[in-house]
Amino acid sequence: MHDAGRPADLIKNMAAQVAAQKLSKPVLIGIHSGGVWVAEQLRAGISPAPEFGTLDISFYRDDFSRVGLNPQVKASDLPPVDRRDIILVDDVLHTGRTIRAALNEIFSYGRPERICLAVLIERPGRELPIQPDVAGKSLALSANEEVKLSNDGGELSLDVVKI
Amino acid sequence: MNRDIQFDDAGKLRHFLTVDGMSRETLTGILDTAESFVTVGEREIKKVPLLRGKTVVNLFFEPSTRTRTTFEIAGKRLSADVINLNAARMSVTKGESILDTVRTLEAMHTDLFVVRDSASGAAHLIAKHLPPHVRVINAGDGRHAHPTQAMLDMFTIRRVKGKIEGLKVAIIGDLLHSRVARSQIHALKTLGAAEIRAVGPRTLIPTEIETLGVAATSDMEKGLRGVDVVMMLRLQRERMDGQLVPSEREYFNRYGLTEEKLRHAAPDATVMHPGPINRGLEISSGVADGPRSVILEQVTNGIAVRMSIMATIMGGSEERI
Repeated sequence: MHDAGRPADLIKNMAAQVAAQKLSKPVLIGIHSGGVWVAEQLRAGISPAPEFGTLDISFYRDDFSRVGLNPQVKASDLPPVDRRDIILVDDVLHTGRTIRAALNEIFSYGRPERICLAVLIERPGRELPIQPDVAGKSLALSANEEVKLSNDGGELSLDVVKI
Repeated sequence: MNRDIQFDDAGKLRHFLTVDGMSRETLTGILDTAESFVTVGEREIKKVPLLRGKTVVNLFFEPSTRTRTTFEIAGKRLSADVINLNAARMSVTKGESILDTVRTLEAMHTDLFVVRDSASGAAHLIAKHLPPHVRVINAGDGRHAHPTQAMLDMFTIRRVKGKIEGLKVAIIGDLLHSRVARSQIHALKTLGAAEIRAVGPRTLIPTEIETLGVAATSDMEKGLRGVDVVMMLRLQRERMDGQLVPSEREYFNRYGLTEEKLRHAAPDATVMHPGPINRGLEISSGVADGPRSVILEQVTNGIAVRMSIMATIMGGSEERI
């Protein structure tokens, strides 16, 4: 089995990589739900603490015609993004479709200067030309494996499961 | 009336024709989703791509301003192509039946019909005769139902009061001709309102209303006493053939909502009206434009609620084609 590692360590690792990106007064945006959890903890490791936003990409998903609307859809809550540097945060980068939807949604709010993609776990299976700028860890998972992030009162944990 | 056609075999909502018989879970889901659509209207670009490439036809066999306009805006904010047809002025006057009109439009690959008609059951009839991937929303049929109006009213109450459970609500005026009142009563009951009162002259309160669990009274003071929400109805003079109300002045004196009569309601009572309002007939300008009134909020909320209903019934439609 793969060792996904401790999220707290991976997020520390992410914070160091974010610093190397040399962003100017970035806005930190987490994607619901896992990306928001990671972004909240990542924020503590960035100085000064960046402005914070959350994104629910349900209205931008490419499988709406097939599977319908997510009944748990939340409102997105973004600070102004026009001409800003943005750190877009998600828990797992897999097919890249979530990130595609998130990029589309962000552009409905304005034209950012630059968007940098930061993920806790990067794994194979990309269906779109999207790659992370910051990754807590790369896991060589196969198609029948999935990595799941759970949140127990602010305590994050990662599990690799067979599907 | 057959309400099963609103759901597919898997229990998923595919038409929105009446709130009568819908579960609390379904109604609450639509209201929750509408909350997220409110924020779309506050953005720089007030559009999401959910219905991109879909065609919505607003088919109105009866005149309407706010319902048709908010459906049009809702469809456009979901990125659909929206066509407005005031059918009363078109083929129907040339003798074409409703179903022939609908079939013609369906042949142009319409994905969703939003239908208003003066005949009760018109939207059901249309839904029954369309192929399964085409959706229908009832935007008002005769005296029967106006479910999207009831949903935006529930949404408005929930936003102002924080909840619907336990509230006392008075529905006042011309209940007899009101499809809005019927849908409001079903929605309020399903969402747990504590008490629903029907207030108006006996000639304008349907006799069977008490079977719905509604307490009827022709005494305005008694009807208003302690209520949290006052839902006014428009006096539908265009639908009245007989002498149902004495004179407009007398009607206003007895049933017109004034600041003075409103004192009988709870101190923080909210006043609603589906519009268009007859000022000085069912409501005074002082109340309609006053601090308790949420009449314009109702209009704004209508957009998000209609987006939510459209997105809910259109999602997942591809598999059934």
